[in-house]
Amino acid sequence: MLVRILVLLYLAGAPALAQTLCQPNASNGYRVRISIKTALGNQAYEWNENEMFLFRATMAFAMRRCYKTETYNVDNIIVCNQTLRVSFWFVVTSPENSTMLIPKADVEKAVSMSRHRINNAFLLTDRTLEFLGIHPTLAEPVNPDTPPWLIVFGVVIGAVFAGIIALLVSSLLQKRRKEKGMMEDGQDEEDMQVKGVENGNVLDGIYNRGFTDDDRFTKL
Amino acid sequence: MPEEGMEDSKGGEERPKWNNKAEYLLTCIGFAVGLGNVWRFPYLCQIYGGGAFLIPYLIALVFQGLPLLYLELAIGQRLRMGSIGVWNSISPYLGGVGVASMVVSFCVSLFYNTIVAWVLWYLFNSFQEPLPWSQCPLNHNNTGYVEECVESTPVNYFWYRQTLNITPNMETSGSLQWWMVVSLATAWSIVYICFIRGIETIGKAVYVTATFPYLVLTIFLVRALTLPGSSEGLIYLFTPDWEILKNPQVWLDAATQIFFSLSVAFGGLISFSSYNSQKNNCERDAVLVGVINSATSIYASIPIFAILGFKAHTNYVTCLNGNILALTNEFDISDMNITVENYEQWFDSLNGTHPSRVSNLNLKTCDLQTFLDQSASGTGLAFIVFTEAVISMPGSQVWAVLFFIMLFSLGLSSMFGNLEGVLTPLHDLKLVPKWMPNELFTALICLVSFLVALIFTMGSGNYWLEIFNSYVGSVPLLIIAFFEIIAVAYIYGIGRFSDDLEFMTGHRPNIFWKVCWLVISPLMLIVVLVAYVAVQAQTHPTYPAWNPDYVNFPDTEVLPYPDWVFAICVLLSSVPVISIPLVAIYRLICCMSGRHSEDRLHNDPNPYANEGYVVES
Repeated sequence: MLVRILVLLYLAGAPALAQTLCQPNASNGYRVRISIKTALGNQAYEWNENEMFLFRATMAFAMRRCYKTETYNVDNIIVCNQTLRVSFWFVVTSPENSTMLIPKADVEKAVSMSRHRINNAFLLTDRTLEFLGIHPTLAEPVNPDTPPWLIVFGVVIGAVFAGIIALLVSSLLQKRRKEKGMMEDGQDEEDMQVKGVENGNVLDGIYNRGFTDDDRFTKL
Repeated sequence: MPEEGMEDSKGGEERPKWNNKAEYLLTCIGFAVGLGNVWRFPYLCQIYGGGAFLIPYLIALVFQGLPLLYLELAIGQRLRMGSIGVWNSISPYLGGVGVASMVVSFCVSLFYNTIVAWVLWYLFNSFQEPLPWSQCPLNHNNTGYVEECVESTPVNYFWYRQTLNITPNMETSGSLQWWMVVSLATAWSIVYICFIRGIETIGKAVYVTATFPYLVLTIFLVRALTLPGSSEGLIYLFTPDWEILKNPQVWLDAATQIFFSLSVAFGGLISFSSYNSQKNNCERDAVLVGVINSATSIYASIPIFAILGFKAHTNYVTCLNGNILALTNEFDISDMNITVENYEQWFDSLNGTHPSRVSNLNLKTCDLQTFLDQSASGTGLAFIVFTEAVISMPGSQVWAVLFFIMLFSLGLSSMFGNLEGVLTPLHDLKLVPKWMPNELFTALICLVSFLVALIFTMGSGNYWLEIFNSYVGSVPLLIIAFFEIIAVAYIYGIGRFSDDLEFMTGHRPNIFWKVCWLVISPLMLIVVLVAYVAVQAQTHPTYPAWNPDYVNFPDTEVLPYPDWVFAICVLLSSVPVISIPLVAIYRLICCMSGRHSEDRLHNDPNPYANEGYVVES
């Protein structure tokens, strides 16, 4: 009889004890704030008991992962004070002694270590699944070996220098050909025509180089 | 026609010619349409009452801009020489005007290409994901973000620290920033490759550099109009405030804007038109270039302000969301119950029931108008405001790349005119040794310019650039333009000028042009010059310095110019124009000593003087 009373008391008292362990602003508890609609918009799921169960299971997983020696269970994660926001407080009890709370620092260590996995379990991010008091680890910046801008610069400057050299070389060749062509008339005339096609036929009669040169030859 | 033969027999080689009219027009348009059309005009339009600003702007264009433009194109085409040769021909006493043009062109090309180098740097950095100005970098031990970045914004940090590495004030010079030197070298190399064969290569390059900005502006226009908040930006830009027309500052700014926008008095336009044949209708060209320049300004302001409206809207929504989050967290309201639309009602009800808790939250007041008022002009618009807007647009890299390529084209096509205003006079002065090919001479000039411009790549470079921009690119140009118009209208003679115009275009200039050249334009120039100098002289000049240790950081610290810097400013304004009186006095002395003065005064290239033809036969 006494045993039955004790068992009844225990069964009744355990949740009550759990409730006293978990309180808002508890010294060893953390507040969690979840913003599902902000993160997922139209594809937001509803926060219900099942999701809460998943949370407690994920926290147990995080504790197990961090402290490989002890075996944590869903019962070790106690949740209270859930609001519509969705926000709630949670505390972690030790597997050996269910009245003893795991210190805040140890919980923080476990959460930080598995933060990425916890976020992914709920399709959320560091900003939308907040553990108030635990700062998110900053993303490692991607540092490529060569800065990308240097690559673009290299391409551009290579093209420009190739162009400069090509133009200079072709100018040189053109000049040499012109010098050779000064002996012949036709080359000269061609150069003139290339240089000056202006608007209209007004200038056709002006470039009389060939005519002038003919004079020279006839004089010879 | 005899004059062509005369030209050929005079000089060793023939003067280069434009391949076709389109290249010439595109080059002139490209020279006139520059960065100012995109980042100065929309700002002026906005602060001076939107649509109402167009009135002083168009008046200034018609009575001051177009006459000056027509004048420069006409004398260049007629006298077929660069700026120094032209003014020497008109009157030997005014040869200093050409020298002044050349010096101003050189100084302007120094700092203008540095701006192009900045654009190139941003362009190179736009090929990354995420854009480097979208987030703060981590500090040394990866515990948090860099403090300077957190206190200001990532965009400001990227511009002031990672691009300029700016020093807290002008006295501290800092060192050469190697990445800036590299960008500057790229900019000058690209300018060189376009100048390698003179107008032959320039003419090819302008097919791209003069037309590409219009393509990009149209793309931005279409994109911007689909963004939320764009209509607010446009309404804000174009709402006319007629009262503003009573403020004389508006008229002054309109006149200076049209003047600097058309790029007259640089000598570049004279050089470009000197490569034309004489029988070219330069009146039509001048009107075309002037109208297209202004139309481009107006057209560019539409996508710019649509995007600025989008940015203001985004900032407003972010501000509201911050408040919404604070309220949601404080009162544990369900997520996303408070939205931007019903924020007002929620706020009123919560403030009514729990005023103390609400006031403890220190909510920011979010006003769309305040965000719209945060406009900027110049480099601030391009490198801070616009880059911030681009981050919020989906597909930021594409828009960033397009925007900076557009700015690059605009700057490069203006550089053509700037450098041409330096090279052509030097060629015409026969200062180039015979043995030196043109390519080498151009390379030498580019190299010298690059080396001098290295001062703008130092830590304090931006401060120096602002000084050059304000003091070289303003008062000297006004003075030069005034002397240009006086020289042609009174010394050369409006009658003789009309004869030349009749020879070139086929008809005499109508009464409008004559009245402008004789009376209206010189008067306007004098008034603008005096007013400009008066306004500048009223306040001791100051500059905004970026100082992370400043008490009110991230606001810029307003510092006065040190005395030695102020002396340099005065020098920069006066040295270019000092050549005008110097050359006049020098010629006067020569004339007094009675040497060849008569010959020189009669030595103008009159097309009807057939000396060359006479010698031939």
